[in-house]
Amino acid sequence: MIHEWHIRRRTILLNALSVGLATGAYGISFGAISVLGGLTVLQTQTLSVLMFTGGSQFALVGVLAAGGGAASAVATSVLLGLRNAFYGVTMAPMLNVSGPTRLVAAQLTIDESTAMGVAQSEEPDNFHGSKLAFWATGLSVFVFWNLATFAGAMGAQALGDPKVWGLDAAIPAGFIALVWPRLHDRRSWSIALCAGAVALILTPFLRPGVPVLLTSIVAVVAGVLAVRRRTEQIESSAVGKS
Amino acid sequence: MSTVWIAVIAACVGCYIAKLAGASVPHDILDKPVVKATSDAIPIALLSALVAVQTFAVGQTLVIDARFAGLLAAVVALLLRAPFIVVVLVAAATAAALRHFGFA
Repeated sequence: MIHEWHIRRRTILLNALSVGLATGAYGISFGAISVLGGLTVLQTQTLSVLMFTGGSQFALVGVLAAGGGAASAVATSVLLGLRNAFYGVTMAPMLNVSGPTRLVAAQLTIDESTAMGVAQSEEPDNFHGSKLAFWATGLSVFVFWNLATFAGAMGAQALGDPKVWGLDAAIPAGFIALVWPRLHDRRSWSIALCAGAVALILTPFLRPGVPVLLTSIVAVVAGVLAVRRRTEQIESSAVGKS
Repeated sequence: MSTVWIAVIAACVGCYIAKLAGASVPHDILDKPVVKATSDAIPIALLSALVAVQTFAVGQTLVIDARFAGLLAAVVALLLRAPFIVVVLVAAATAAALRHFGFA
């Protein structure tokens, strides 16, 4: 039994390390895009330490770089960070932490650490594996994400004009790479296409940043429709049975 | 303090509160199906809107330029299951090459 845990522990730690390295690779892009978008190296690094949630960091930088106001940049960034609250709900019963440890666990609650923690949660072991996977992945991503951010930011400082290097095209490419794994069915594709269209239609009329923010309404409508459809399905199947 | 710093700090605080809320807010609020479904849709909507705007907008004007070619190249890279950094580099290289040879 102890031997089994030893092997499992090794696997979890190796997985955490490789997820950290993989995430690091896109930390380089973040660092570079942020500095080329007009933030200082210190502001860029502050985001990776204190915000530490990739999509929100890219969003803040992207909206500011496009000439959007600070308020819409912050709002877009925080809205994208809301999903981490749901990760917290999922992880809380597995982690079972309180006090200062909970404050640290909250900061490490991101896509990667949650996914790895949940993946280990199936075995009835008092969530030993989940805890280890969450903490190891969270810390590993934190370290590599920050090192990579620094490398990318310093590298970009040496580059000069972003347009010559095509880095203005790197920003939308970064966003599509972030959304791509979420586009797995017709529903998600419709949300994506609707939101893109709404943002473009509103662009000539509103300050940069505001059209993007307003597409959260598309998300609310999609959420309501999804629940209504599910309820109808349940009702019709109930009728079918009776 | 510059506006950018204020935005950076405010967004960091906001994102941290979101992370902390998950472990603190009563679960019956976050467990509502509408809240869950909406929160699943928010990243898709916002990230897609950002893709569209960052590809076609210059301020409040819509244009088609080298960034669009870069985006198409990024999609090809994604279809080929390229990792994040390759997707970004392919898009940048495509746009830079088109500009360099005077096509955009």
